[in-house]
Amino acid sequence: MIPALAILSISAFIPLMTVINYSLHYIFAGSAPTFVGFDNYIEVLRDPAFQGALIRQLFFSMGILAVEVPLGICIALSMPRRGPAVALCLVLLGIPLLIPFNVVGIIARVLTQSSVGLIPEFLALFNYDFNVSKYPVDAFATIFLLDVWHWTPLVALLCYAGLQAIPDAFYQAARIDGASSWKMFRYVTLPKLRSVLIIGVLLRFMDSFKIYAEPLLLTGGGPGDATTFLSLHVARKAESYQLGYAGASSFIYLFIVIVFSYVFFQLMTNIGKGENQ
Amino acid sequence: MNKRYIFLICYLIVLFIPIYWMINTSLKTDNEILKELTLIPKDLTLKNYAEIFTSSLWRSSFANSLIYVCLNVVISLIAAIPAAYAFSRWKFRGSHHLFFWLLTNRMAPAAVFMVPFTELYYTLHIYDTHLAVALAHCLFNIPLAIWILEGFMSGIPREIDETALIDGYSFPRFFGKIFFPLIAPGVGVAAFFCFTFSWIELILAKALTITDAKPVVVTLTVGIGAEGVKWGLLAAAGVLTMVPGAIVVYFVRNYIAKGFALGRV
Repeated sequence: MIPALAILSISAFIPLMTVINYSLHYIFAGSAPTFVGFDNYIEVLRDPAFQGALIRQLFFSMGILAVEVPLGICIALSMPRRGPAVALCLVLLGIPLLIPFNVVGIIARVLTQSSVGLIPEFLALFNYDFNVSKYPVDAFATIFLLDVWHWTPLVALLCYAGLQAIPDAFYQAARIDGASSWKMFRYVTLPKLRSVLIIGVLLRFMDSFKIYAEPLLLTGGGPGDATTFLSLHVARKAESYQLGYAGASSFIYLFIVIVFSYVFFQLMTNIGKGENQ
Repeated sequence: MNKRYIFLICYLIVLFIPIYWMINTSLKTDNEILKELTLIPKDLTLKNYAEIFTSSLWRSSFANSLIYVCLNVVISLIAAIPAAYAFSRWKFRGSHHLFFWLLTNRMAPAAVFMVPFTELYYTLHIYDTHLAVALAHCLFNIPLAIWILEGFMSGIPREIDETALIDGYSFPRFFGKIFFPLIAPGVGVAAFFCFTFSWIELILAKALTITDAKPVVVTLTVGIGAEGVKWGLLAAAGVLTMVPGAIVVYFVRNYIAKGFALGRV
């Protein structure tokens, strides 16, 4: 116990605390490190660019969860339970996860290049003029679908792991009770998937908040600011050495992520408790 | 039953269209990429790959990436295994909160840590080294590894620990001989996820390196944005970045399947 916690604190706690303290200190230091109190925070919160990025970000993250989680469950349910096909499916699903974010951005660029990309050409068949550098909706949809493509396998893999852990006896009992397949899903499968779904939802929520490389590579956050998500906004400020602003907005950003994750964590844990009783 | 498989197969096909498209692009000449849309390359060329393999910049970036990713996986696992053991075996006051606090580190957007990390590593004189990136990536990989391993370890009954200690096994011997083999699939899964997340991370890797430890993900971004992007070259490099990951998946596939069968991730 003691050695474990010692290693834990040396390897994770202390540097991380230092870093968090560090970022806190930065907030109060401008380019000339003077103490400015909460001025930076007020400036950030009043900034329409920040507000816009935040709303866009929340909309994006909620959309991601609404699409990826049900889709992931469906995929997990349709995967074979045993036999040689299992390893094959797992490997195939694992491959998109291993593609670096910026390669995903490159894929997006290649797929959506106007006049020669696959997607614009395909949509042109339906007389739809698809252009990510011209239409905000197209750019947003591209980033959204890209994220769904990239990360649904993660949710699917997690759910699959959860499904494997449900003993057949549960289903047999439910069948004897004459449960329909929907009821079986609702009252047997779903509650048992709870713990992996918590992990899945939290991971996807946190990571969708971190989205950075894809919009940067696709359109650099544009057209206009249609795909300028929070991290892009913060990084842009940090790169232009507005450190006070960047520090304050990072902290607000971190705070929002933690609050949302905590709410998800509590909600999902409590829903489960209610069902177990 | 059959409907299920049709859905799965359709999904897998959709999943592979973008990957196919990138491989397709990497085998085309620049001219063909810009002129027309072709489903199969007309003039099959390996020129793009040849250019990467002969360029020392690309070669060293691939090597850099592999070095820091492996370093990170080792550090993460060494730190996470004892911590996960502690979390799974002892429930102390506030351990639940400590656990959630750990997870919040996983949530922290990398953009938040970019500036402090840069400053910190400058002071420690490890800026632009593999170690710097590997340590920075521990920020999100250690919590994840603890999370995964804790799940696996909780699945192993505590009686095994007690029996081994009564039988006169010393703690390190028990851990190495009995406990570790039991959680090996979990370690495999954790290593896989650490590898993945470290391999694809861009922001910190970009902020912490200049030349000596410049990873392939950063090299890839450099060519973009400028006029006259070499799509074929970028696509080829993109395909190559998938290769190490695919190899890792291939080697740990049995562990992953076994880990998933235990129902703990």
